[in-house]
Amino acid sequence: MKLSGWGRFPVVETQLCAPRDVAALQALVTGDEPVIARGNGRSYGDSAVGAHTTLDMRHFDHMLSFDAETGVLVAEAGVLLGDVIDAFLPRGWFPMVTPGTKFVTLGGAIAADVHGKNHHVDGSFGTCVEWIDLMGPDGQISRISREDDPDLFRHTLGGMGLTGVIVRTAIRLRPVETAWINQTTLPAPDLGAAMDLFEQHAHVPYSVAWIDCMSRGAHLGRSLVMLGDHAARADLDAKKARTPLDAGHKGAHTVPLDFPGFALNRWTVRAFNELYYRVGAWKPTKALVDWDTYFYPLDAVLKWNRIYGRRGFAQFQCVLPLDTARTGLTELLEAITEAGAGSFLAVLKRFGPQDSAFSFPMEGYTLALDFPMKPHTLDLLDQLDAVAVSHGGRFYLAKDSRMGAETLRESDSRAAEFEALREARGLKEHFASAQSERLSL
Amino acid sequence: MGQAIAHAFAAAGHPIQLAARGAAGLDTVQTDLALRHGVDVTLHEFDVLDSNGFGGFVDGLPALPGVAVSVVGYMGEQAENEQDQAQAALMMRTNFEGPAGILALLANRFEARGSGTLVGVSSVAGDRGRATNYVYGSAKAGFTAFLSGLRNRLAKKGVHVVTVLPGFVNTAMTEGLDLPEKLTAEPSEVGAAVVKAVQKGRNVIYVRRIWWLVMAIIRNIPEPVFKKLKL
Repeated sequence: MKLSGWGRFPVVETQLCAPRDVAALQALVTGDEPVIARGNGRSYGDSAVGAHTTLDMRHFDHMLSFDAETGVLVAEAGVLLGDVIDAFLPRGWFPMVTPGTKFVTLGGAIAADVHGKNHHVDGSFGTCVEWIDLMGPDGQISRISREDDPDLFRHTLGGMGLTGVIVRTAIRLRPVETAWINQTTLPAPDLGAAMDLFEQHAHVPYSVAWIDCMSRGAHLGRSLVMLGDHAARADLDAKKARTPLDAGHKGAHTVPLDFPGFALNRWTVRAFNELYYRVGAWKPTKALVDWDTYFYPLDAVLKWNRIYGRRGFAQFQCVLPLDTARTGLTELLEAITEAGAGSFLAVLKRFGPQDSAFSFPMEGYTLALDFPMKPHTLDLLDQLDAVAVSHGGRFYLAKDSRMGAETLRESDSRAAEFEALREARGLKEHFASAQSERLSL
Repeated sequence: MGQAIAHAFAAAGHPIQLAARGAAGLDTVQTDLALRHGVDVTLHEFDVLDSNGFGGFVDGLPALPGVAVSVVGYMGEQAENEQDQAQAALMMRTNFEGPAGILALLANRFEARGSGTLVGVSSVAGDRGRATNYVYGSAKAGFTAFLSGLRNRLAKKGVHVVTVLPGFVNTAMTEGLDLPEKLTAEPSEVGAAVVKAVQKGRNVIYVRRIWWLVMAIIRNIPEPVFKKLKL
C-alpha cells in the first residue's frame, strides 16, 4: 500500500503489517525482507515508512506496571504519550519530556529521541528512559540500558528504529502538583532580542519562541518568546484548586478535507500578528494555561496536516551550535523571507548540552518550520541545508523527508559510526526505512 | 472489540469482569485496564460453546454485574460454511446459541434483581441474508431477534437490553479485508458508542450512523431484484 509520514511527502509503496503479539512480530522481523517499526505516524518524512515492510506497532499498546514511589512506568512501545497523560496526570504525574504532539508512541519518542520546550533544562526524551526491550535481527528481545549493552542503548535513542524494534520500555514520569502551566509571553522585536530572552531566562523550565517569517530587515526574526513552568497548587484560584489535576476536557476539531494550496498563509500570519500586537501592548503577558493548550496547541486540530493539501509539506529543522547560531539563523531567515514561498511561522528554541550517540539535539539553537510542497520547495530546502552545514549545524531526522546522504555526512560525523554499528551487529539487512536507504545508513 | 468496550466502561469508572476462553492469557489486558483507569479488573474462564458451564460461570463471578456485554463472534469462511455442515453448525452455535444462552441466564438473574443492562453485539449481516455471508448472517439475525424479544419481555422489569450493530470494525476478524474507510469503525468508537447507548437507554444502535441508511436501503430492495444482486 501507499504510505507516508505526517508531512504526506514522500508517498512510498510498502507492505504494512500490524502484528498483534510478540510471535507475529518475531516472524516479521526474522523474515527475508527488511522491516521498520512505525508508531502513530507522526514523524514528518519517511523515517517510519519501510522501503519494504512497515510494522504498525499500535497493537502493542498495553501499560504493564507503574511504581507510584519512583514514577517509573513500564509500557509497550505503542502506548501513546497522550494515554500516559490521561492515566497518570490525575494521579499527579506528567511526562518528563514531551514533543509538540501527544499523539506519539513511546517507541517513536525513543526512536527519534524527541525533545520538548524543556530541553535546555532536562535534555531529550532519552533522559527519562530507564531501559528498552529491543527485538534484534534474530527475533530475540533483550533489555538494554545504560548498564546493559550501553552502546546499543545509546544508539537506540535517536536511532530512528534502525537498531531493532522497540517492544517495551520503562520511563520515568515527573511529579506535578497541578494540570496547569504558568505561561509568560514576551515579545521580541528581532532575532537578537529573542535570543537574548532565551539566555536571560535559561533557568525557566519551558521556553520556546514563535518567529514571524514574514518580517524582514530590522524586524527579521520578530518573535514571541513563551516561557512556562508547572503551576503549583498555590497558583490556582479556589475553583481550579478543587480539582488541581483536572484542567477539564478540551474538544478537538478535525480538518475535514484537504485544503487547496493557498489556504494556509493568511490565517497563521493574522493569528501571529494579532497575538504579537496584543502582547506588545501589555508586555509581558502572564496567563495560567491548561497543559493541553500549552503543550499541544496543534493537537486540538486533528489531521492538521491536511491544511497543506494533497501535495503535502516538508519540515525543516536544524540545530546550530551556540557560537554560530546568531549569524546562521540570520542567514536562514533571510533565505526564507527572500524566497517568500516558505513558511509563515517558525519555531525557535534554545537547546541545552546533550551527550548522545545519534540524537538530534546539541547545545545551541534549533529552528523548525513547514514548507508546503511546491515546485521550488526542494531547491530552497537544499539551500537551507547548505547554510546550516556551513555553520556547523545538523538536522532532525524525524522531520527530514528529502535530504541527501552526503548532506547528512557533512553535517554529522556520527553517521559513519552509526552505520558501522549497524554493519557490525548485522542490523542493516533487517532494519531499513525509506529514509535509511535514502541516507544510506 | 470486547477490550475496547471494557476500556470505555473502565474509563467511566466501572469495575470490569473479563470473561473469555483462555482468560489467563488476558493478564496483560487486565493490568493495562487497571493501570489506566484505576478500577478492579478480574479474569474469568468462559467458553460460549459449553452451555453446561454457564451456571457455574455466573455463580463464580465476584458479583452479579450491573451491565453484561456479549461480544462473541466468529465469521469463518462462507465457502466452508456452505459446504461443511459441521462448520456451519459451529458458526451458528457460536454466534447465536451460545450468546443467547448466556444472556438468557443473566437476564433471569437481572430480572430477579430488578435491574441491569444486557448488551448484545450482533451484526448488520443479520439485517438481510446475502450470498456472501448468509450463514454468519442468519446466526446474527437469530441473535438480533432474540435480543429484541428479550428487551420486550424485560422492558417492565427494570432490565434494559441494547442491540449493537457495529458494521465494519477494524479488528483481527476483518484484518486483510479491503474495507471502505467511511464505513469502518475503530474498536474505540464501538466502545464509546456502547457506553453511551447504555447510559441513554438506547435500544438498537448502529455504531456509525451511515450504516442505518445503508441497511435501510439493503432491507428495502425488493426480493426479485435483491436475489440477482451481487452484494
